[in-house]
Amino acid sequence: MARRRRLCDKPPGDVGRARLSAIVQFESVGLRYGTGAEVLKDLDFSLRGGGFYFLAGASGAGKTSLLKLLYLAQRPTRGRISLFGEDLNETPRDALPRLRRRIGVVFQDFRLIRHLSAYDNVALPLRIAGRDEADVQSSVREMLEWVGLGDRAGARPATLSGGEQQRVAIARAVITQPDLLVADEPTGNVDSEMAKRLLHLFAALNEFGTTVVVATHDLGLIASNPAAELMRLDSGTLVDPTGLLRNPPSPAQQEARS
Amino acid sequence: MILDRIRGGRFDSGLLPAEKFHAPTVSVIGIMTFAMMVVAAAGLALSNAAGLVVQASANRYVVELPAGAAGQLPRALSAARSNGAVIEATPVPENEMRRTLERWIGEGAASPDLPVPALITLKLAAGADTAAIGAKIRDAVPAARLIAESGELKPLLRSIRSLQWLALALVLLMSVAAGAAVVLASRGALDTHRPTIDIMHGIGATDRQLTRLFERKIALDALAGAALGAVAAAAVVLLVIGSAPAFAGDFGAGAPLDLFDGLILALVPLAVIGLATLVARWTLLRALRAAL
Repeated sequence: MARRRRLCDKPPGDVGRARLSAIVQFESVGLRYGTGAEVLKDLDFSLRGGGFYFLAGASGAGKTSLLKLLYLAQRPTRGRISLFGEDLNETPRDALPRLRRRIGVVFQDFRLIRHLSAYDNVALPLRIAGRDEADVQSSVREMLEWVGLGDRAGARPATLSGGEQQRVAIARAVITQPDLLVADEPTGNVDSEMAKRLLHLFAALNEFGTTVVVATHDLGLIASNPAAELMRLDSGTLVDPTGLLRNPPSPAQQEARS
Repeated sequence: MILDRIRGGRFDSGLLPAEKFHAPTVSVIGIMTFAMMVVAAAGLALSNAAGLVVQASANRYVVELPAGAAGQLPRALSAARSNGAVIEATPVPENEMRRTLERWIGEGAASPDLPVPALITLKLAAGADTAAIGAKIRDAVPAARLIAESGELKPLLRSIRSLQWLALALVLLMSVAAGAAVVLASRGALDTHRPTIDIMHGIGATDRQLTRLFERKIALDALAGAALGAVAAAAVVLLVIGSAPAFAGDFGAGAPLDLFDGLILALVPLAVIGLATLVARWTLLRALRAAL
């Protein structure tokens, strides 16, 4: 609770930095849809816990497919993915919800449930996790206030603007303070002020130990967080000019960087 | 637990759009419940009728004297009455025999040229030695035959039993049909709400949690359908019971259905609701497992 209450404040900067071991590991991962060509090829990288990553690449490069692998909407057609220390090839289907609850996802198309209010959409992950209603209420109110939608709690998605829907989607993704936050073009429909606030929220989560992966075309967004690592996809292949992704820095190196 | 499922919790409330009852499911389940209850009532009534027939024919025998020996009826009657196990021995008057035959062969039955056998109806004590009684009567009138009424009624009882099995088979078939309707309704519900399901799966909802949402909706549809079907079937069954005396005929006493039968019939709609809920759960879990 204390962690959540402080989430919207300026991050203290000394929390969560200790989580530097890899929480995501891709080994020779390939993905194809049906009998088509591979959309992702030979991906080898790891994401350390508490890292902040931007995923860039042209349209069709495979960003969304890579994110789908990260938030467990797809299984790879080859290779091996390890998430939170669990080999997904060995993980039974029944265990996936438990892993998914540790991942927050901001979809490019928001994916709000259209017949639920903004409040109920944001409350959904907490209710699925079985949180008691008093906890749900305070958390959701706080989160909606933070994304500037405190007065639109009862509004249905259809009555919200694109930017407002995106903020609801972001609130829903982060309300459980996930271990891994995956965002697909999260600032695509918001103004620059809101984009800054969202980045601040992501940074705050990151400070608390959440690993953040943001797929974006927004160079301004990438530039605003120089400490973040950049992953660039080109035709389904990960381009890694710095070598940081293939050879993640040691905890000591990371401490030095930050 | 069933009530909890139907009422739903905070997690369930509002996750699916608040739509009214799904009319096709309610109608199909209502019709199936109605038909199952009426057929089950018919099966139970047949069972009771068979019981009455067996009861009425138990320890009842007929002594038949061929037309040529009809004059020896007093001797046969006296031989029968001399046995202590014979509780009652009643000769059937010839004119009654001829009246019975008249139903089949018309006025010719009254012709003196038509040979008519003489009959004596016997009511025996339970466990009576029928072989000894028959032997004694044959000693008096060698042409006499002792016939068990239950033997004559066997074909009728066989028919009644066959109809009972048929009723049971129909009830089972209708259960299968109701189950199939629920399978289709469940799949339809999943298709309709696929985007919601995908979102909820994506944020960590388990198959069980998702199933509970739909199960509750289908249970409510089944409840509405079963209630409607049960009310209609009860009305029809009560109407038929009201005309029971017209059906009772020679077997006389007893309503076609008793309290226990009523209890069994009352279980039919509950069984339909339970079946619908179980089939819905099974279908939904199977369908959800097809996704990652």
